[in-house]
Amino acid sequence: MEWIQQLVNGISLGSIYALIALGYTMVYGIIKLINFAHGDVFMLGAFIGFYAISRWEIGFFPALIISMVLCAIIGVIIERVAYKRLRSATRIAALITAIGVSLLIEYTVIFFRGASPEAYPEVLPKSSINILGVNISSISILILAVTIVLMILLQFIVHKTKIGKAMRAVSLDADAARLMGINVDNTISATFAIGSALAGAAGVIFGVYYTRIEPLMGVLPGLKAFIAAVFGGIGSIPGAMVGGLSLGLVETVVSALGFSLWRDAAAFVILILILILKPSGIFGKNTREKV
Amino acid sequence: MKKSKAFWVFSVLALVIYAVVQGLISGGILDLYYQNILVQMCINIMLAVSLHIIIGITGQFSIGHAGFMAVGAYFSAIATMKLGLPLPVGLLLGAVVAALAGLLVGIPTLRLKGDYLAIATLGFAEIIRIIFLNVDYVGGAAGMVVMNMTTWTYAFAGVVITIIVISNFTKSRHGRGAISIREDEIAADAMGINTTYYKVVAFTIGSLFAGLAGAIYAHNFFIIQPTTFNFLKSFDILIYVVLGGLGSLSGSVIAAIFLTVVSAYLANFPETRMIIYSLVLILVMLYRPTGLMGTKEITSLFKFGKKGGTKI
Amino acid sequence: MTSNLLIKAENVGIQFGGLKAVQNVNLYLNQGELVGLIGPNGAGKTTTFNMITGVYQPTFGTIAFDGKNLKGLKPYQVTKLGMSRTFQNIRLFKDLSVLDNVKVANHNIAKHSIISSILRLPSHFSGEAKMEQESIEFLKIFGLDVYKDELAKNLPYGMQRRLEIARALAAKPKLLLLDEPAAGMNPQETHDLMELIAFIRKEFNLTILLIEHDMHLVMGICERIYVLDHGQLIADGTPEEIRNNPKVIEAYLGEEVDD
Repeated sequence: MEWIQQLVNGISLGSIYALIALGYTMVYGIIKLINFAHGDVFMLGAFIGFYAISRWEIGFFPALIISMVLCAIIGVIIERVAYKRLRSATRIAALITAIGVSLLIEYTVIFFRGASPEAYPEVLPKSSINILGVNISSISILILAVTIVLMILLQFIVHKTKIGKAMRAVSLDADAARLMGINVDNTISATFAIGSALAGAAGVIFGVYYTRIEPLMGVLPGLKAFIAAVFGGIGSIPGAMVGGLSLGLVETVVSALGFSLWRDAAAFVILILILILKPSGIFGKNTREKV
Repeated sequence: MKKSKAFWVFSVLALVIYAVVQGLISGGILDLYYQNILVQMCINIMLAVSLHIIIGITGQFSIGHAGFMAVGAYFSAIATMKLGLPLPVGLLLGAVVAALAGLLVGIPTLRLKGDYLAIATLGFAEIIRIIFLNVDYVGGAAGMVVMNMTTWTYAFAGVVITIIVISNFTKSRHGRGAISIREDEIAADAMGINTTYYKVVAFTIGSLFAGLAGAIYAHNFFIIQPTTFNFLKSFDILIYVVLGGLGSLSGSVIAAIFLTVVSAYLANFPETRMIIYSLVLILVMLYRPTGLMGTKEITSLFKFGKKGGTKI
Repeated sequence: MTSNLLIKAENVGIQFGGLKAVQNVNLYLNQGELVGLIGPNGAGKTTTFNMITGVYQPTFGTIAFDGKNLKGLKPYQVTKLGMSRTFQNIRLFKDLSVLDNVKVANHNIAKHSIISSILRLPSHFSGEAKMEQESIEFLKIFGLDVYKDELAKNLPYGMQRRLEIARALAAKPKLLLLDEPAAGMNPQETHDLMELIAFIRKEFNLTILLIEHDMHLVMGICERIYVLDHGQLIADGTPEEIRNNPKVIEAYLGEEVDD
């Protein structure tokens, strides 16, 4: 029954990737920018949750919500200050700016609090539930539940609300959306807010699950979440979810087979295979350059 | 044989710089600390110029240059430390293996464009790093001890060769072919330029000199470790090229010199250095996205008087 | 007389996803002809160009150029066979000088290798000199030699159009494809362009296929005209025949009603 345990681990890891990947895919879908700073918003979310729990001694859920709200604000600030002027710039300029913002966040955090890691406080009871003879930690189940709830909420926002409709319209054709009276700037900010809130949630969940956080923790999960988004088809919300979960499972399998040092390579191999074989991803659409 | 005036100016300049620095070293005025900074500067210039041919000339956005630097560093170290080959052979071997790695990575990835290419090169660089991390023969995560064998002379010769080769390539029909891809890939293709070929050629030449830089690096710092060649290193190199001006060789050289000095001064404050780097990067992209020099070369600054005849 | 046939496109069509953008196009060009390709917006004219020049691979049918099947060839390979083109939205190498724009198209007239250029061997110098000389010749024909050191992006619009044609000619084509060369030009410029096209056709012994909206230009210089509508050929013939063809009139009038 070892493999069920591994499956649960894979799904937990995959849920975290999926939550981060959603922000990447939404932002890419709407302004065609790989927001490299997104992984660092995830890191900030983890630290906000950490300070909220350890300093104010509040519970998991209040900390989660505080982290999501603050990350949403941070996301909007990043967009307004750095990315907004770049809408008509070249893709390379936009990508380099995103890398710059990412480095700035990381090293500002290190500047103020040092690079040392922090141990996440135990906010959740360490119990486990026996399902089919396998002990599954309650934290894993909670992570999965929170992820599912957030994803349902996201689907609701994107498909049933006015702002969701505006987001879909802007991602299809920003100019046409503007002509139809949609406030494109606010819609893009809203996209950053929602994506960053999800990254913040992922940060707190990561902290609770893996118990160790540090200022550069966002880099690798950020990259991998981006890979998950590409795998699922960038711009596609279901794609980000499926991509995130698949990547989590693959990494867990690679580790379980005794190749844990190669785990990080697995993600990049997947990335390169998907880019070469089917760059539009599982759920993506093919695009063609106009000549 | 006719050579251009710029070539002679460059040759004389290179000789003068070499003679002056060598004189200062022999005279004991430049101590080991400064010599080390100079070697570091040379390595950074080589890295910058070798990425310039990929990004600045050919317009292919690679952010995994440190991977090829790592290949050069490790293979040259294997040659000298494990196989006992002389240093020049080691340097050459490191560069050639890096070029082969560039060829292997370039052929499948260079059909991708823009963001996708960037992320794929980053992925390959990480894979290269993880491979070295997992091979016990080269010390795994602990790294590999390498003797300090390079001197200022090796490093400077490396810079001169890098600049001459890449500048000569650029100022030829091949270089124009590569630049036309940067300017408009569809039009270049329609004008008879084999775009895939030139992208791979530029990528391979870039990897060759990144490998040479890595090989010199390996023999200057006593130890090489996989973490040295992570994507922060790739971003460092990217910053030289972007700050100097995408498309300007002299711009990337100037940026590499300037930033080496800045980081030497800030060596004890690495966080401050990174904050300044990232702020500069953001501000340059927001307010002067063409970088310091744009696509111009420093030589063109002296030509203004002669030109100006044709007004439109 | 088949040896006279330069372009033989039979039953050519292309599908993007589920949409058949162009279908069942039969198009023949004889050596030395000047043929127009007209049709309302979105009729598939540029798509047809893109299939002939190798930018798109046709989903159906075959295209042969000078007796050689173009299937699977990339644009640069098609160009080497002796075909070159201009673009509807000017695609110059903006940050290159006017001279270098032409030199890029002259790429294949010199044969010096990369090694030769890097080591500055004699073949590099002789090859580059040849390219320089020929490129300047082309610029002279178009009256662009005085601007040779200007960046292409700094040329006025009409000159950019001319430069694009000069660049296309430098690739040594037997067949020249011009995609709306008169777009955005005033009547005087259009008139000059007509004369220029007639001149280069004679001077370089060219076959020309021309997409154009300016009916005056098309009717004035083309010997034969193909008309596309909704991705299908609806007529072909002399300008006189096309002018009086009811299907063509309907296609164009229909378009105006749609607007």
